[in-house]
Amino acid sequence: MRIVVRLAESMGVDHLLDITGAHVDSCLYHGQSGLDFAGRLVEGGASVAVPTTLNVSSLDLLHPELYRGDEAEGEAARRMAGMYEEMGCQPTWTCAPYHLENRPSFGEQVAWAESNAIVFANSVLGARTARYGDLIDISAAITGRVPAAGLHLDDNRRATVLFRLLDVSPDLLDLDQVYPLLGTVVGAASGSRVPVIEGLPTALSEVRLRALGAGAATAGSIGMFHAVGSTPEAPTLESAMGGRDPHEVVEVRTSDLRASRDQLCTVSGSALSSVCLGTPHYSIDEFQVVVALLTGRRVHPDVDFYVSTGRSVLAELELRGWADLLRSAGVALVVDTCTYVSAILADTTGTAMTDSAKWAWYAPGNLGVDVVFAGTSECVESAVAGKVLLDERVWSGV
Amino acid sequence: MRGCGQVSEQPVVLVAGSASGEVLCLDESLSFWGGVDPRTGEIVDHHHPQHGCTVSGRVIAMPSGRGSSSSSSVLLEAIRSGSAPEAILVLEPDEILSLGSIVAGELYGRSLPVVVLDEATYSSLVTGETVAVGEDGSLHR
Repeated sequence: MRIVVRLAESMGVDHLLDITGAHVDSCLYHGQSGLDFAGRLVEGGASVAVPTTLNVSSLDLLHPELYRGDEAEGEAARRMAGMYEEMGCQPTWTCAPYHLENRPSFGEQVAWAESNAIVFANSVLGARTARYGDLIDISAAITGRVPAAGLHLDDNRRATVLFRLLDVSPDLLDLDQVYPLLGTVVGAASGSRVPVIEGLPTALSEVRLRALGAGAATAGSIGMFHAVGSTPEAPTLESAMGGRDPHEVVEVRTSDLRASRDQLCTVSGSALSSVCLGTPHYSIDEFQVVVALLTGRRVHPDVDFYVSTGRSVLAELELRGWADLLRSAGVALVVDTCTYVSAILADTTGTAMTDSAKWAWYAPGNLGVDVVFAGTSECVESAVAGKVLLDERVWSGV
Repeated sequence: MRGCGQVSEQPVVLVAGSASGEVLCLDESLSFWGGVDPRTGEIVDHHHPQHGCTVSGRVIAMPSGRGSSSSSSVLLEAIRSGSAPEAILVLEPDEILSLGSIVAGELYGRSLPVVVLDEATYSSLVTGETVAVGEDGSLHR
């Protein structure tokens, strides 16, 4: 409670509000201090006051053999995971808690950590969470309270910066890979403001909205965005802005999206060591695309192909027979963690391909790999061919 | 370099503390998670203009926090291991960084000051100058 109150004080907030659920990211092991913190809570007899899900661990707890890291560190991460379960958190181990059955409904007050999940909860579900981080998330779950501030309150959910798509063709907007790129452009220019995007197709899929949000939360510190005609608090531009004028209008051109793509690629050339999908954790809809592309085919023997997902989605894959299909095609299914926070990649000296802007952004720093960002189908085709194959036609004339 | 005793206008103290050190101005916001190695304090984010610089022992000035919500833990771990900055000066409040420092205070009795500066003071900071941050967020240079 002292941590929640001290945070509220540092924010200049004088009251707290009740939450109905929490999603906790503190369970990822970064070093001794994480163990010290969780240990202090467990010793004090802490347990969560509201239903609480857990973000990724640094281990695949179901497939420990995939872990290639230091043994002592792996053991410490496992001990820390156990402490969070001991406090009553559900062992969901996913960065996509919105794929779980009981996701928060419109208007519900929650305390979520994990930047992509925060943006999804606020923007796509219309639930309300401030941008919580490690340490406060579990403190909020234990107390059931949070400072009454930020995106919990109506006023702070209105967009103040407007992004207008200018010359982006319908063909391009029909590609999934454009959405994470648009996200990085919007995120970088928004900082911590709430952006609204005008000019997108309406009723965008959750897959696209999620990729946009994850990209934006990577390149900026946004906690929410509005896409006119797609997200629940933006039926119109006026409603997203609460009837006010934008502080800033930013024009987005196709060349900006292409520049973002180029910025996410650290290398050119055709050599390929790995393909890493599933950051954030892949959904059933996204697996469907990969299954369709890989049916009757095999990943090239020189390429390691990983898809990260939650254990609940894996269970569904098993039921549908897709897990076996993917494994026999040469795909490693990684659960509970992510290939960029855990020592899983067999080869970090070569080039990795991904359809995730977030993975492309962080993996060079975390793992030291070179990265090529591309669409999902390009990633799969490259994995089968054993070399990087890019379909540059989509960018032709840009 | 200005004279001693130069005081900034109305700083907002997110986490109080006193510290001093050499300033490192970051041209862009930095996510501690994925951006800083908490064992060495080195900036490992390849997209960051100060990639390769070390934050340990420095007074960091950056526009705001950015990116991952794991940054609180990474800052906490950096404080524990002794590779953290001496202080963090920002233009916009950032709860994620504040928390790392607040919890370090709770766990180890060791926090670092996090202070929001006004634009004029912030933009007058120069990498390499030595500043002292006071309990009230005042800046002495």
